Amino acid sequence: MKKNLNSKIAAIVAVLVIFVYGIFGVPSGLSGKALLESMTRHIHLGLDLRGGAHLILQVVVSEAVSAETDNTVARIQQDLKAANLTFSQIYKPDPAKPEVIRIEGTNPAQASAVRSLLDNKYSGEYDVTGGGGDGSFAVTMKPLVETALEEKTVQQAIETIRDRVDTLGVSEPVIQEYGLGKDEILVELPGISDLDRVKAIIQSTARLEIHAVVGGPYQDEQAALGSVGGTLPPDEELVHGSGALATGSDADSVYVLQRVSIVAGSDFRSADPGTDQNGLRNVRFTLTNEAGDKFYDYTSANVGHSMAVVLGGRVKEVANIKSAIRDSGEITGSFSADEVEILSKMLRTGALPASLNYLEDRTVGASLGADSIKEGVTAAVVGVLVVMAFMLVYYKSSGINADLALFLNLVILLGFMGFSGATLTLPGIAGVILTIGMGVDSNVLIFERIREEIRAGKAASAAVDQGFAHAWTTIFDTHVTTIVSAGILFLFGTGPVKGFAVTLTFGLAANLFTAVYVSRVIFEAHLNRMKPGQMVSI
Amino acid sequence: MELFHGVNVDWLGKKWYFLGFSLIFSIAGIVSMGVHWAKIGSPVPLGVDFRGGTQIQVQFQQTPDANLIRQATEAAGVRDAKIQTYGGGGTNEMLISLPEQTNEAALDAGRTQIENALRTHYNNPFTVRNVQVVGPTVGHQLERQAGLATLYSLLGMLIYLWFRFQLIYGVAAVVAVFHDTLITVGIFALLDKEISLTVIAAILTLVGYSMNDTIVVFDRIRENLRLSRREPLPDLVNRSINQTLSRTVLTSGLTFLTVLSLYIFGGQVLNGFSFALVVGILIGTYSSIAVAAPMLVAWQEWRSGSGKGVALPAAKRSKA
Repeated sequence: MKKNLNSKIAAIVAVLVIFVYGIFGVPSGLSGKALLESMTRHIHLGLDLRGGAHLILQVVVSEAVSAETDNTVARIQQDLKAANLTFSQIYKPDPAKPEVIRIEGTNPAQASAVRSLLDNKYSGEYDVTGGGGDGSFAVTMKPLVETALEEKTVQQAIETIRDRVDTLGVSEPVIQEYGLGKDEILVELPGISDLDRVKAIIQSTARLEIHAVVGGPYQDEQAALGSVGGTLPPDEELVHGSGALATGSDADSVYVLQRVSIVAGSDFRSADPGTDQNGLRNVRFTLTNEAGDKFYDYTSANVGHSMAVVLGGRVKEVANIKSAIRDSGEITGSFSADEVEILSKMLRTGALPASLNYLEDRTVGASLGADSIKEGVTAAVVGVLVVMAFMLVYYKSSGINADLALFLNLVILLGFMGFSGATLTLPGIAGVILTIGMGVDSNVLIFERIREEIRAGKAASAAVDQGFAHAWTTIFDTHVTTIVSAGILFLFGTGPVKGFAVTLTFGLAANLFTAVYVSRVIFEAHLNRMKPGQMVSI
Repeated sequence: MELFHGVNVDWLGKKWYFLGFSLIFSIAGIVSMGVHWAKIGSPVPLGVDFRGGTQIQVQFQQTPDANLIRQATEAAGVRDAKIQTYGGGGTNEMLISLPEQTNEAALDAGRTQIENALRTHYNNPFTVRNVQVVGPTVGHQLERQAGLATLYSLLGMLIYLWFRFQLIYGVAAVVAVFHDTLITVGIFALLDKEISLTVIAAILTLVGYSMNDTIVVFDRIRENLRLSRREPLPDLVNRSINQTLSRTVLTSGLTFLTVLSLYIFGGQVLNGFSFALVVGILIGTYSSIAVAAPMLVAWQEWRSGSGKGVALPAAKRSKA
């Protein structure tokens, strides 16, 4: 009985083509060099292979909490004074617990008034306790609020660092939250080995400020000076524009600004992109309380005037004051969606929200990476050749079958790496090598079983059928257990080790397809061509 | 070509030898871990990723001299630097390590100091091949995680085998795998080799691999139990091991060859990793025959001895 295998063979060829595309894409040529180049473009190499810096930073989130409660201390002082409630001091008793504020020496007769003021204005974010006979209160930031603030701080730090790393021109940097602690950030910079420079840039405090515009834009400094009568007054300064935002045309224009800022970099509490009532894109920002009061005084006195957003010493944006603004406002202009995004990010990330600690730093030199690739590939090639040669010797023609399956297994594994964008690390190459060894296990299981069936006197096609059927249970169980351990490795591992778990898992999953399905089809194609009564060569 | 056809070895008859062999290795490993514990406060020498500290791999243009390097670093005020040749010495590479920094803010100072010291006080141009600076927090987190990962991985397999076979199969397999892990780590302790993060990855892989071997044998035991219920269990287990022996030896042999290729050609970076695999695959194969299967028999004998019923559960029917 002959089986029609055309559709199965077509399926296998289709899989082969798809995954070869995953490895190479459409290569620019068929020479070895062109193929290698398109391969490295599709398969991401880890830092240990291409060289680069790997940093783990810790954001000192307690600083952000402390800054927030400092603000609150000031607000409570103002509020109590405004309500004519007396107190001796408001302070934070324990530097290790920046979320706790104490109010002492209030008049016991006014306790309920103080209490209701605190409850009214602060109970959204703080737990208020005390108010007994000693006239003291404890105002503690709610744990949920504190966690949210800490998370926001880490996100802000990530955005700031990303912006700064972008100025380095590193290709494919990785900047993300890191799994081990809530306050940690992973930074991976391929191709960078001069860490000192990187650290200087990451930790620099580029400032974002809003200044009052005295005049501008002018063509050049000459024209700007001319407008103020030739000499610059001591309280004013010349600032160049940058063409990155809004108009894109004022790169070289010069503004005359008030030297003292209206809003400093540390005054922003948040900023988000949005749209105004006319559907125009804008950036909504919130200032801290003190800054808000200052800003209100200024803007109410200067409706119709312009303010300039200055980042890193360059004018990013000039806005018209339409009405008095207190602690929240919006910057409107002819923005594109991207520009709104960038501007609000700038407002948020102008300064690092808290300082950073370095927890870990690994730098792999490019030469070591190149050596690792060479050694890994050598080991892989030797491993594959030894295994393939052995299969040919031990299983004769059926060895070809196993070798084809093994080859397809490798193609699928590498193609998968290309499609998924997973990173190939040095341990990852080891995972590929191990896949070869373990992948061939499925073939051995099946072939040994087929031999047993043949010895038991079964005809060729029955022996193949039985061999596959019996081996399948075992193959399934063994793959599941290995994938379980690789999966756990993926969850717990970091960097290079994760790369190992990825290739091992992909490799074994692909092996289920190649060793069972593909190998079966090859056997059946072979059986179709055999004369009745002939035995398979195994 | 065929090896191991029609072998008929009484594996269970040798269980006392196996027990002795396993015990000797386990105890040697445990004793060595104890000695390390007393000396350095951890059962095995830990790599810089767990231990914390600074490690710089430097390649010099001319053959480096450890004493001159020490003079250079000490002239620059760097104390306690450990200086070793790396990669067998033929590559002019040195490994310079500093102990753990407790002050996280100054974590990175040592690296810069050493590089400057070599530049100014040692006249031998060099390139920095690899730098690892690990703070104490990260090291301890990793240590905990590595332990947890191994534990979860064993637990996951126990549950899977419980679900696919019977609890006793799972327990036997996990004991065998634990035995492999213990001996592998013990050998690292005996040889004074450092355990790094990649070695942990290798050990976890071994957990999966050794489990593979064990399952192949168990699968055959389960199948034979269904076919011939009358056969005494020790005979049946022997027969199952013998039937799968060819496969076990072939697969382990082939995997061993690939891993050996990794150990020989894979370079220094992966040395510990491939060493763990080389050792572990040998032990993992041994343990599925010599530890896991005899445990099933021992369990059944204990059950029948205490009069709780005779047969090993024939296991759930396999469906997959």
